[in-house]
Amino acid sequence: MTNSSQLEKFYYDNKIVKWFAYATIFWGLVGMLAGLLAAFQLVFPVLNMNTAATTFGRVRPVHTNAVIFAFVGNGIFMGVYYSLQRLCKARMFNDFLSKLHFWGWQLIIVLAAITLLAGYTTGKEYAELEWPIDILITLVWVVFGINMFGTIIKRRERHLYVAIWFYIATFVTVAMLHIVNSWEIPFSPLKSYSWYAGVQDALVQWWYGHNAVAFFLTTPYLGIMYYFLPKIANRPVYSYRLSIIHFWALIFIYIWAGPHHLLYTALPDWAQSLGTVFSVMLIAPSWGGMLNGLLTLRGAWDKVREDVTLKFLVVAVTAYGMATFEGPMLSLKSVNAISHFTDWTIAHVHVGALGWNGFLTFGVLYWLIPRIFRTNLYSTKLANWHFWIGTLGIVFYVVPMYWAGFMQSLAWKEFTPEGQLKYQFLETVTQMRPFYAMRGIGGTLFLIGAVMMTYNLIRTARAGKALNDEPAEAAPLSKVFVEEHGSYHWHRWIERRPVQMLVFSLIVVAIGGMIEIIPTFLIKSNIPTISSVKPYTPLELQGRDIYVREGCYTCHSQMVRPFRSEVARYGEYSKAGEFVYDHPFQWGSKRTGPDLARIGGKYPDSWHFNHMYEPSSMSPGSVMPSYSWLFENEIDTGITGAKIRAMQTLGVPYPEGYDKTANADLMKQAEGIKESLAKDKIQIKSDREIVALIAYLQRVGKDIKLQQKTVASN
Amino acid sequence: MKFKYYLEHITGVSIYPMVSLLIFIVFFTALTIWALKAKKSYITEVKNIPLGNNNDNN
Repeated sequence: MTNSSQLEKFYYDNKIVKWFAYATIFWGLVGMLAGLLAAFQLVFPVLNMNTAATTFGRVRPVHTNAVIFAFVGNGIFMGVYYSLQRLCKARMFNDFLSKLHFWGWQLIIVLAAITLLAGYTTGKEYAELEWPIDILITLVWVVFGINMFGTIIKRRERHLYVAIWFYIATFVTVAMLHIVNSWEIPFSPLKSYSWYAGVQDALVQWWYGHNAVAFFLTTPYLGIMYYFLPKIANRPVYSYRLSIIHFWALIFIYIWAGPHHLLYTALPDWAQSLGTVFSVMLIAPSWGGMLNGLLTLRGAWDKVREDVTLKFLVVAVTAYGMATFEGPMLSLKSVNAISHFTDWTIAHVHVGALGWNGFLTFGVLYWLIPRIFRTNLYSTKLANWHFWIGTLGIVFYVVPMYWAGFMQSLAWKEFTPEGQLKYQFLETVTQMRPFYAMRGIGGTLFLIGAVMMTYNLIRTARAGKALNDEPAEAAPLSKVFVEEHGSYHWHRWIERRPVQMLVFSLIVVAIGGMIEIIPTFLIKSNIPTISSVKPYTPLELQGRDIYVREGCYTCHSQMVRPFRSEVARYGEYSKAGEFVYDHPFQWGSKRTGPDLARIGGKYPDSWHFNHMYEPSSMSPGSVMPSYSWLFENEIDTGITGAKIRAMQTLGVPYPEGYDKTANADLMKQAEGIKESLAKDKIQIKSDREIVALIAYLQRVGKDIKLQQKTVASN
Repeated sequence: MKFKYYLEHITGVSIYPMVSLLIFIVFFTALTIWALKAKKSYITEVKNIPLGNNNDNN
């Protein structure tokens, strides 16, 4: 027992919260702007500006990474640093670590933007950053962890509120996901190959990709919801019991659901079914959480009418409910057959990103900045305008994308009465342009809202004075535990021992992680080996790395699903055994352009040459950018040996010492392509990057074709 | 260097996923029962932490 005479005085660190708030706003604007550019590039290809760094394939990863890791990332830290101090009744563990965390994270963001635009990418969605940055992320994440757990250990509040549990799960799981998925072998200061290949790489990647949504975009924001919603509404959460069940159910079930991104692919069926079942189960905890948030406002809806921050929070929680209902639906195989590879997915993720993450962040910012600056919001009217224009922006964004998604899937699958595919793929691209334009307008509205908020918050900050160190007082935790009337819970026992609790929670999450990762690593035994599948030649390997560098996977899949419409359009459906030498896999997740899994041998070399130089010359109406620099750049043969050695380390069966002789083979094959082009009256030097890319494109998916020929001739 | 294949060499490794699923179910059931049976005074105290007007004298 303590008494009030022992109250300790201390100060909450508002300065670090303020910094993270600034970074959230700044990177939010940058990320949205990059998104807008990418959106309009699909309407007006001229916006690719005929420069490598500004093409869609590089801008799109900048947009996704900026929004997820820069905007939402800083938003998480803003929310955590504010709420954790209050919930623990303690200042952050160490001011230096806070600063190191802040500047380290901003450095990562800047490096990410530069390297992605320069073409350094792993080619794995949302994990595109290369190995030196991956290491930096790990270090900064550890700094965040030490700072967070240090604060929890020196806390003055006995119980850990549910928000803190969400923060802990976020920290531990993101660390695990990042390290496992980023396992790669460097072959140059800025480039590496994924440790995993093909099916295994796909499974690890989407285990990561899905759980990045779960543990970066969802759990930390749920923690923020559980703190800020009751705080702003000034009433406790509807059901604390439900919040505990919500937490544990969510973290346990989420980790299994990754394979739903790979339905109908070459992934083994049992893994697909597992993903579907757990995805459907996710509705229960997700909706439990959403209802818990909304019901917190029961009897207080009059407040929502007056308080603009609550309006943002209500729309955010509603968007969370919509996205988490839609997600499991999209995991059903029959729905996924329609939605996958279309713009439906883009609509789905933007309900989450714009509605849930965006609006929750805006709501918290509108509440936080006036508090830190000890003043009132500059203009409530402007904030209301932001609310409406932002909501309208979301609607204008998602409705055309849903529509486009339905149209794409119907058109891709439609046959004429004679049994021919009704539409050329290109027709389904040109039909999308009005929808892409409308989507761009929706995005513009959303961005205008964010700009209005920025102005409003700057005026607010100018009108007040920041209280960087906010005084507070609380009694320290008593060392002696007095049992109350014989009631004794293990949970309370553990709450009194922060270090033991930390170790225990790490073990629990590690078991959860092992559970999912073990089947993943066991999957190799399930891949039927195809003897005709051979490693890439050195020139094809170089070409493949160019394919990855230019972000071709952002628009083209390499995965023919076993549907009549896809087999008729592209050719034989993809087999798991075809990808055993693909470090990284390039299955893709979106078909803005057609699938390329069977592109090899489909067109002559000259077609690819002309198409890469000026896509619309071969495909009138195409929205693909021109890749003119590939015709200038020389193939970097200096690195061929290192690439071969890296591949050998990963188990690709090149002969011993092949790294020394690989370039000779490379030159020979390049000369062959040069001659084939010369027959079509095209002159190009054999050492240009376009030659390597043509070699790769002509190889993709051909191993199986060879095999079929052999079988037929037998 | 092919650490990823080590798991396959563990005898009976296929039981791991089943065991882990079982751990999950047992843990979750126990937790749900605990959450539902937790004392109201405790729940009330914790749910008021964000509002900042709870007492610290526990």
